[in-house]
Amino acid sequence: MLPSQPARHTPPMPRRQRLLLPALLVLLLAAVVAGTGAGAVSIPVPALLGILLHKLGLSTGFTFEPQQEAVLWAIRLPRVCLGVLVGAALGLAGASMQGLFRNPLADAGLIGISSGASLAAVGTIVLEVKLVALFAGLAAVREALGFYLLPTVAFAGACGTTLLVYRISREGGRTVVATMLLVGMAITALTGALTGLLTYVATDEQLRSITFWGLGSLGGASWPTVLRLLPFLGLPLLWLPRLGKSLNLLALGEEQARHLGLPVARLKRRLIGLATLAVGASVAVVGTIGFIGLLVPHLIRLVAGPDNRRVLPGSALGGASVLVLADTLARTVVAPAELPIGILTALLGAPVFLWILLRQRQLRPG
Amino acid sequence: MFNVENLTYQTGRKTLLQQVSFRARPGELLAVVGANGAGKSTLLRLLSGDLLPTDGHVQFEGQALVRHSPAALARRRAILTQQHTLALAFPVAELVMMGRYPHFQGPPTALDHWIVEAALSTVGLSALAGRSYPTLSGGEQQRAQLARVLAQVWEATNSFLLLDEPLTGLDLHHQHHTLDIARSLVARGFGVVAVLHDLNLAAQYADRLLLLHQSRAVAYGAPDQVLTCENIYRAFQLEVQLLPHPSLGCPLIVPCPRVRH
Repeated sequence: MLPSQPARHTPPMPRRQRLLLPALLVLLLAAVVAGTGAGAVSIPVPALLGILLHKLGLSTGFTFEPQQEAVLWAIRLPRVCLGVLVGAALGLAGASMQGLFRNPLADAGLIGISSGASLAAVGTIVLEVKLVALFAGLAAVREALGFYLLPTVAFAGACGTTLLVYRISREGGRTVVATMLLVGMAITALTGALTGLLTYVATDEQLRSITFWGLGSLGGASWPTVLRLLPFLGLPLLWLPRLGKSLNLLALGEEQARHLGLPVARLKRRLIGLATLAVGASVAVVGTIGFIGLLVPHLIRLVAGPDNRRVLPGSALGGASVLVLADTLARTVVAPAELPIGILTALLGAPVFLWILLRQRQLRPG
Repeated sequence: MFNVENLTYQTGRKTLLQQVSFRARPGELLAVVGANGAGKSTLLRLLSGDLLPTDGHVQFEGQALVRHSPAALARRRAILTQQHTLALAFPVAELVMMGRYPHFQGPPTALDHWIVEAALSTVGLSALAGRSYPTLSGGEQQRAQLARVLAQVWEATNSFLLLDEPLTGLDLHHQHHTLDIARSLVARGFGVVAVLHDLNLAAQYADRLLLLHQSRAVAYGAPDQVLTCENIYRAFQLEVQLLPHPSLGCPLIVPCPRVRH
């Protein structure tokens, strides 16, 4: 009954799957060139190369103006770096959560990461003065954190809510993923209501800060911001793409994955921890930016199929490209003003998402 | 070898399995039979380590099941569960390749590809290797999952397969084909434990039978010892007559309910 000779034919990987990652790398490079080049001071590719090589101590034939060098180094480059890091983190975290919840509509927002960060940030904006008046010790904390007060608080809020959702969802020593999704929704609704309450009592000036924070912006980018974000995002950016095989097994079902030797409980903790780190740190620095975590992994799956070994790195590269391009648009379409990037990603993301859904419905038979 | 002694499992106030003892040896097909709710699936979940015994123990290769590392266990025993809920549209070949994941780091080796093809050809799905899993029929999905489980322990003869109702949703031909596969594995030294519903198939293919009734083992032994009219009446409340199988010699069970409609 068992064949002694195997069939010789191995189905080759379709071409578009093999070419996906190289194509995304090219796209990212193009996005970076566009992001560094476009703006009030235009920096064409030769000047860009000239400046970069000059920084490395090489003198080339590419000419550039000192003003171009200053703009590139102090403004454009940190901003593009921030976009690449945050975009990759959001894409990866989205793909990981979809793998964990075995649901293509899952998102890091579902387990309370973004809403917790928002609540903490809005709470700080509205209550900062009152709290400092009440507890003298807090003034020292505010002093010490300075400009980083809001990001720190937002990150703590993200971790806090996720931890709360995770704890509530444990039943008899196991985390039940379906429960976690429901608990996440409840906690998100609760934090949303509290954020609303704070917004209600906020002053006009505070309202403006809240709105701006909620819509997201890469405008605050500088080298120190990028460097401070790097340790938080480095870990998830390097680790999550290696979990593709494990996430594939998880798609079979938790029990089946365990039968194949996967330490499911440890994997869940790892995924939740890394996604919280990635999204929490990102939201803390740039505010909430929607749709990237949902849309980018979807687009990648459309091209590359469901294999998480391709979806994870693809979502990182795709997320980085999309965020850099969206940010470039956001600061050029209404120049010299700037469109909040959250508006742009939702404005572009929602129709694309609907188009994908409709297309899938047409392709599905019956 | 699985060595099961006085295995008891309780959840809340319900006892799902009581004082069950048996051995599952390599080179042997053990069929677990019994009515719905008799404890067959509970027994299999205890053997696979999904449930922990309330009392008694399950030993695998001379050691308590929990003492084996999950990764080492994955290379020595494979489990076909009843329900499959693959969420994503993986191609059939990749689904079967997942059975090989415990064996390689990084990309699969030539041996892994070879085994995937051999497993697909064994269950008769070579032609559908590139098809997306959700587009298969129920029976084809069941066979694809069987191929994944076969691939998991393919080269490790003397390892074990635990099959929970492997014939559900299969047509007559594929029911026999699946049990033929199980027999040929047994001939190569594998141990197979299968939950079966059809007593005639169990009589025809199994080396030993374990008959469960209301969470207890009613009988354990060779098919003609276990499948007596009394045992079957006790376990299923059904009057039967036993005829000799025309060509195989094993008992053939013919239900003869006393009340005629």
